[in-house]
Amino acid sequence: MIQFILRRLIVTIPVLFGIVLIVFATSRLIAGDPCRAVLGERATDAVCEPFIKRYGLDKAIVPGLYREDRELQFRPADIPATLLDNQFAAYLGGLARGDLGDSIKFSRPVATLLIERLPATIELTILALALAMLVGIPLGLISGYRRNSAVDVGTMAFANLGVSIPVFVLGLSLAFVFALVLKDTPLSLPPSGRLSSGIAVVPLATTFGLESLDGPLRALLDFFSGFFVLTSLITGQWAALGDALRHLILPAVALGTIPLAIIARITRSSLLEVLGQDYVRTARAKGLRERTVVLRHATRNALLPVVTVIGLQLGALLSGAILTETVFNLAGVGRSVYEAITGRDYVVIQGFTIVIAFIYVGVNLIVDISYTYLDPRVRLR
Amino acid sequence: MTASNDSPAMVTADPLAATHPASLWRDTLGGILRQRSAIVGLAILTLLVAMAVFAPLIATHDPTQTLLGFEEGVAKRSAPCIHAFGCPETEPEHYFGTDGNFRDVFSRVVFGTQTSLTVGFTAIGLAILFGTMIGAVAGYAGGWLDNIMMRIMDVLLAFPSLLLAIIIVTALGQGLINALLAIGIVSIPVYARIVRSSVLSTREADYVTAAQALGESTSGILLRRVLPNSMTPLIVQATLGIGGAVLEIAALAFVGVIGNLETPEWGSMIALERNQLFLAPHIILAPGLAITLTVLGFNLLGDGLRDALDPRLNR
Repeated sequence: MIQFILRRLIVTIPVLFGIVLIVFATSRLIAGDPCRAVLGERATDAVCEPFIKRYGLDKAIVPGLYREDRELQFRPADIPATLLDNQFAAYLGGLARGDLGDSIKFSRPVATLLIERLPATIELTILALALAMLVGIPLGLISGYRRNSAVDVGTMAFANLGVSIPVFVLGLSLAFVFALVLKDTPLSLPPSGRLSSGIAVVPLATTFGLESLDGPLRALLDFFSGFFVLTSLITGQWAALGDALRHLILPAVALGTIPLAIIARITRSSLLEVLGQDYVRTARAKGLRERTVVLRHATRNALLPVVTVIGLQLGALLSGAILTETVFNLAGVGRSVYEAITGRDYVVIQGFTIVIAFIYVGVNLIVDISYTYLDPRVRLR
Repeated sequence: MTASNDSPAMVTADPLAATHPASLWRDTLGGILRQRSAIVGLAILTLLVAMAVFAPLIATHDPTQTLLGFEEGVAKRSAPCIHAFGCPETEPEHYFGTDGNFRDVFSRVVFGTQTSLTVGFTAIGLAILFGTMIGAVAGYAGGWLDNIMMRIMDVLLAFPSLLLAIIIVTALGQGLINALLAIGIVSIPVYARIVRSSVLSTREADYVTAAQALGESTSGILLRRVLPNSMTPLIVQATLGIGGAVLEIAALAFVGVIGNLETPEWGSMIALERNQLFLAPHIILAPGLAITLTVLGFNLLGDGLRDALDPRLNR
């Protein structure tokens, strides 16, 4: 078991390295002159020279590879001298220290922006995934058990539609219905932002009387204060909690619909397969109640493939978060990526991409490992 | 996903079995047509392809033409107006209304079909081409070459797809062609994996050994003996993949990486009028429905094809 986990960890390292390499390469090798790409029209030699110096863009990109006047040049003789003194090594070194570079637009460290923006995204993603599982799994089980019933046909039609509608179209439609059509009814929901104006979540540091605290501990507290639902829940700010949740409903439904549909489909087909197996017949033959057979014996095995799918769906959720946060004006990582695209802030796009890809790889690693706990058959191989 | 050797589509690819080609094809076609979802999907897609091909005939206006000054009484973001449904004759007829630039939304949606389908087919076509080459070489060569190629594929799969497409487009530069390339690159690993696994499963088959003994060249064996086995999963995945590509191009346009487009494109139509949601929802709803319908068509057809072509899944 330990061996399996270690092996999976070791296989992950080249993948992480590859992620960094691809993100680095898209920034340095292809984009043409980085200064012009970032500053656009304003890029004159007078502006670009200090810019290039400041970001170390005059150094070798990787050992022996230079950029001279927008052309790439390979000088093999320089490889030993630039083995450690090159842009890629500097970038890796920065990453290892948690330095993702400075945002061009905000002139602030990308890592700081990320810490501010990450809680909103995590909150949204978790809520969307919870919704997808809590609705998707029961729906899938019912339609698998009552195959071809009205529930089954309805669920599968919904699932087909759910995976076909773009996240942003669904989000905009929901906003239109719940914020405009149902405006003055109890069902009305806010279409943008994380909190209504006039409502704020008191940060943890203030609640605990730790405002004088400084350093990493304070940063950690502030990071957790960014989780509005969690913070308002543990500090008993009920009005803020209700408001934060109301703001999250529409985005979570928009973002959770695709995983919901996929989870329902997988659960259904997986249950169908399991119900046809011999051990289920044995369970029935020995006179167990149908409830016990389906819920205790069949469902457990049927949910195994669902675990894998949930891990894979995280990629779709993180992609979808860019669109959902843009539609609903949520100050999360996805919204920052959108703003960075509009502002040509490449450092932010790349830094956030690396972190999101790392999160995705990490979660899938956890899913893989937990799978071996759930299904001993995998361990034997 | 591994290919099975006994599906009808693949038997036809083997010349030895070609004694009753007509009936085999008929069997396959019959299998597809027995799938309700495949028929619905096929119907939707036929409609869309017809719309793309005959777009100049179907569209009522020039999709890129600002109608201000060209048409009497035209209004900015006017609501849909169809004379047959009781819209006063004094108002100019626009089935889906007009957008913020006084352009006809219906015509833009119709011409948008061309853009989406072209991008979808081309991007996935490129992904299949490169994915097949990579998968075939990796699977057949094995060893370190296989290892390196598949690890690169793993890295590409480690990104959330939209994010990878975004950084590729920002690197290549804005534009529809670059977005198409990005979607193609992001899709390569799926096809490489499909082809590799079916190559691995057939590499040691007796008929491949026989072909080797007969002195057939490696490329000949790959093209004529091994790759036909990947056809079923490739076709199914490609059908679903084109739907995914249509979603992806719309999403890329929506977040603005593609930049300003002269050609009508559904995602950018929505991005452009996003803030008018409460005032002129039809401008957003029309392209939104078009995207959903297109993707639905490909998904239904893909599911139907899988059920029809892969006998192992027939339950």
